[in-house]
Amino acid sequence: MAWYKITEVESIPSMGSRIVKIGEIEIAIFKTKDGSIFAINNICPHKQGKLSEGLVHENVVTCPLHNWDVDLASGEALGNDSGCTNVYESKIEDGLVYLNFITK
Amino acid sequence: MKEKLVVIGNGMSGLRVIEDLLELENDKYDITVYGDEPYVNYNRIMLSYILSQEKTFEDTIINHQSWYDENNITLNKGDKVVSINKEDKTITSKSGKIESYDKLLIATGSNPFIPTTPGSDLNNVIAFRNKADVDTIISTIDKSKTAVVVGGGLLGLEAAYGIAMHGVKTILVHRSGSILSQQLDTTGGRLLQKNLESYGIEFKLNTTVKEISGTTEVETVTFSDGKSVESNIVVFATGIIPNKELAIDAGLESKKGILVDDFMKTSDESIFAVGECVEHNGNTYGLVAPLYEQGKVLAKKLAGKEVEGYSGSTLSTRLKISGVDLFSAGDYLGDETTEELILLDEKVGVYKKLVIYDNKIIGIVLYGDTADASWYLKLLKEHTDISDLRTKILFGKSALGDSGHGGDDVNSMSDDEEVCGCNGVCKGDIVNAIKDKDLKSLDDVKGCTKAGASCGSCIGLVEQILVNTLGDEYDNTPQGICGCTDKGHAEIKQIIDEGDFDNVYDVFKKAQWKTEDGCAKCRPAVNYYLLAKYNDDKYMNDKRSALVNDRNFANIQKDGTYSVVPRIWGGLTTPKELKDIADIAVKYEVPTIKFTGGQRLDMFGVTKEQLAPMWKDLNDCGFVSGQAYAKGLRTVKTCVGNTYCRFGTQDSMGMGVKLEKLTWGSWTPHKYKIAVSGCPRNCAEATIKDFGVIGVDSGWELHIAGNGGIKVRVTDLLCKVETEEEVYEYTKAFMQFYREDAYYLERTAHWIERVGLQYIKDDMLNEEKRKYWAARFDESQKSAQVDPWAKAIEDGFTKEFDKIVINPEDSHSFEPKGV
Ligand SMILES: Cc1cc2nc3c(=O)[nH]c(=O)nc-3n(C[C@H](O)[C@H](O)[C@H](O)COP(=O)(O)OP(=O)(O)OC[C@H]3O[C@@H](n4cnc5c(N)ncnc54)[C@H](O)[C@@H]3O)c2cc1C
Ligand code: SF4
Ligand code: SF4
Ligand code: FES
Repeated sequence: MAWYKITEVESIPSMGSRIVKIGEIEIAIFKTKDGSIFAINNICPHKQGKLSEGLVHENVVTCPLHNWDVDLASGEALGNDSGCTNVYESKIEDGLVYLNFITK
Repeated sequence: MKEKLVVIGNGMSGLRVIEDLLELENDKYDITVYGDEPYVNYNRIMLSYILSQEKTFEDTIINHQSWYDENNITLNKGDKVVSINKEDKTITSKSGKIESYDKLLIATGSNPFIPTTPGSDLNNVIAFRNKADVDTIISTIDKSKTAVVVGGGLLGLEAAYGIAMHGVKTILVHRSGSILSQQLDTTGGRLLQKNLESYGIEFKLNTTVKEISGTTEVETVTFSDGKSVESNIVVFATGIIPNKELAIDAGLESKKGILVDDFMKTSDESIFAVGECVEHNGNTYGLVAPLYEQGKVLAKKLAGKEVEGYSGSTLSTRLKISGVDLFSAGDYLGDETTEELILLDEKVGVYKKLVIYDNKIIGIVLYGDTADASWYLKLLKEHTDISDLRTKILFGKSALGDSGHGGDDVNSMSDDEEVCGCNGVCKGDIVNAIKDKDLKSLDDVKGCTKAGASCGSCIGLVEQILVNTLGDEYDNTPQGICGCTDKGHAEIKQIIDEGDFDNVYDVFKKAQWKTEDGCAKCRPAVNYYLLAKYNDDKYMNDKRSALVNDRNFANIQKDGTYSVVPRIWGGLTTPKELKDIADIAVKYEVPTIKFTGGQRLDMFGVTKEQLAPMWKDLNDCGFVSGQAYAKGLRTVKTCVGNTYCRFGTQDSMGMGVKLEKLTWGSWTPHKYKIAVSGCPRNCAEATIKDFGVIGVDSGWELHIAGNGGIKVRVTDLLCKVETEEEVYEYTKAFMQFYREDAYYLERTAHWIERVGLQYIKDDMLNEEKRKYWAARFDESQKSAQVDPWAKAIEDGFTKEFDKIVINPEDSHSFEPKGV
């Protein structure tokens, strides 16, 4: 586990996301309306939809393929759907976004 | 002082005139009604149901005494008018009352015709006309005896059925070889007879009653074939004669019936007549529909309103026998100049016949399946050319274009299709009444529109329309568009219309959303409504409130790649354009290129990071976005038209290009497709598009609200126009009306099903309104016709399409402060 510097907070659009590719893993970094940052595996637990392209509301992203709601903090599918995807620890410092993940 | 209006006859047509009159003008007349029968106004048609015990007399009362009281109408029931003095303007009643009038209305109906037969003066030889007759029948019939009904017309069959339902053996005697010969051809008659025999009715065709014998009452009936039967009742349903004696005695002109003009006026200035007692233009009528039409004209006349005269009626009939579906209209027999389209399945008991003359339906017989009756009737009444429908028409409306409406007959009915034949009420009338007058129950609808209030055979349909129209409201829980709000689209649109908003969140606050940010359902909807209200210049389209395709200006595919579609105006391209596209596709190693159903080239498998540079290259070659992702104009599909096609009547390619240049850009509630065909062969499939244009010799046909999706819906014809300018105006007006009126994600097909064709025609065919909508469209296009690709690159939006790539090997793992 180690922290990696990703990008400036401003370059992540509010209520939007950026895709971060680290080795083989694709992580979506989201910024919600209140400015919080979340990092989540960019794969929907349903059928691998790209969560980065979903619509963000509160701490939830709605998958663009079949509208599953996925909780950004836990990676769990909400409502009647069940499934889970990885989430990663993130933090903002001096206007920069950091991600904590395992390197192999 | 009010004028004095006296009505003779407290029956169905006379009192309908009064009801209609009171709707228009409730203070003009002092009204007095004389009725021979000792009852308030009841529904004579329902006597059949009283006899078959499906209804009680109470059920059939149209107006109770309280109604007369509330409307200050004096009712003299059980008092017959015996003379009219038109010089003094008075009438005299049997009880001795002398009543003066300013206007007199004769609505005395008709008397049953009983052919002179030995023994027809015996007790229990009766007609089937009024409440007293039904009372007599019910108290006389006896399971140990046989009842005889004479006459195989509608009335006779209903009488026989009603009696048979009491478990009494019933013989029906009919003069000709086939029953219901006034309404049905022999095939239909045979099927019906078979069905009725199963209820225990015995038929004696080509037979008459030779003699009825008994001392005071009926004991034996002898038929023309020499056979006889022990019986205690003979019911004659052998026709009616207009009840005109009173009028003749008063010196009014009459022939078969009392003669009236187009405004139901008799030969005397102050005396009017309506109903079965009158003769108009050589015709007398014995069904309520035409009588009500006469009544409507007369009510307006009496109210002093402008009205077009009565011009006669097309008759259609239904038989009110449970379990028997029968409908006929027009010239159901035809002759050597006509053709017949027939569908017959004896085993199932379905028979459909359309009589065709000059490619138009002139007669209809439906037996066993009457679901499409109103549709056929509409085609008949409108003299529609059915050449194109011929091969499918007998399978019904739902068979057209496999429209997936199967079984759902209310939805597939257009607004101008008749639901209630008796009262001439169309679907649209009912829907509008429900909406405008806030009707909630079947009784409300009956009362307000009269639909289902006469013979009652349409009541099921009326109820379905009620349920469909009220939808959620019917069970009283208005459904919100999503979990964030209890409000439906209509309410949200209204809030947006009435307020002023910069962004979706202000709308959420104002409308008391339960969530702060909304969700993937409501946010795009509200964003759309704001866009439609303010246009792109006064409202910043909120990309974060748009779903992926609308946000990224490309269609996401299941593997997360995108497809890119440049606009190819009207589906016409050039070698140079094709070469440019090919070069670009090679450059970005596009794995798949496909021609789309809308005549565009679709490049699949493009990654998100490739989008911006590819768009830039396409822009440089003169392409703009084909908006294949948009809830907006997708494509204008064209056929080759008269430029090359030997059948072409119009330049469909030219028209298509112009229409595409006119309509691309602005957002609509859902995707929107147009097609232009150069002749009715319709190679561009214009009749399953949101807006379809078909060239004809004399101009263009404009079709609306088609859909080729899961549920195919064939367009409705909006109108025919002559000039290209008109095509443009309608194109713009219709698209804008849809933009502003429909709910978000409602295709034109669903929109029209919800609001009805007539609603759309009202605005589109009205020049002032059409111009208004077209002008608003022009306004909205001003700020919308900007290539989204170029704009996204220019304003820096596409920067976020790039991935942030981090190579853990090369980058330093980093210990932030504080950790
Ligand atoms: C059993 C039955 C079933 C029917 N089924 C259908 C059907 O399914 N569909 C359909 O369209 N039609 C049907 N009809 C026909 C329909 O009922 C008549 O067409 C309609 O009632 C005619 O209306 P009207 O006002 O002309 O006459 P009526 O309704 O007969 O009214 C005339 C009234 O005037 C009264 N009257 C006559 N002379 C005088 C006088 N001198 N003074 C005072 N009062 C007088 C009579 O007593 C009568 O009450 C049916 C009729 C019957 C009998
Ligand atoms: S629709 Fe008519 S004009 Fe167009 S290609 Fe077909 S046949 Fe030719
Ligand atoms: S028809 Fe079905 S499979 Fe084909 S493109 Fe449309 S949605 Fe996809
Ligand atoms: S892949 Fe995300 S909802 Fe189906």
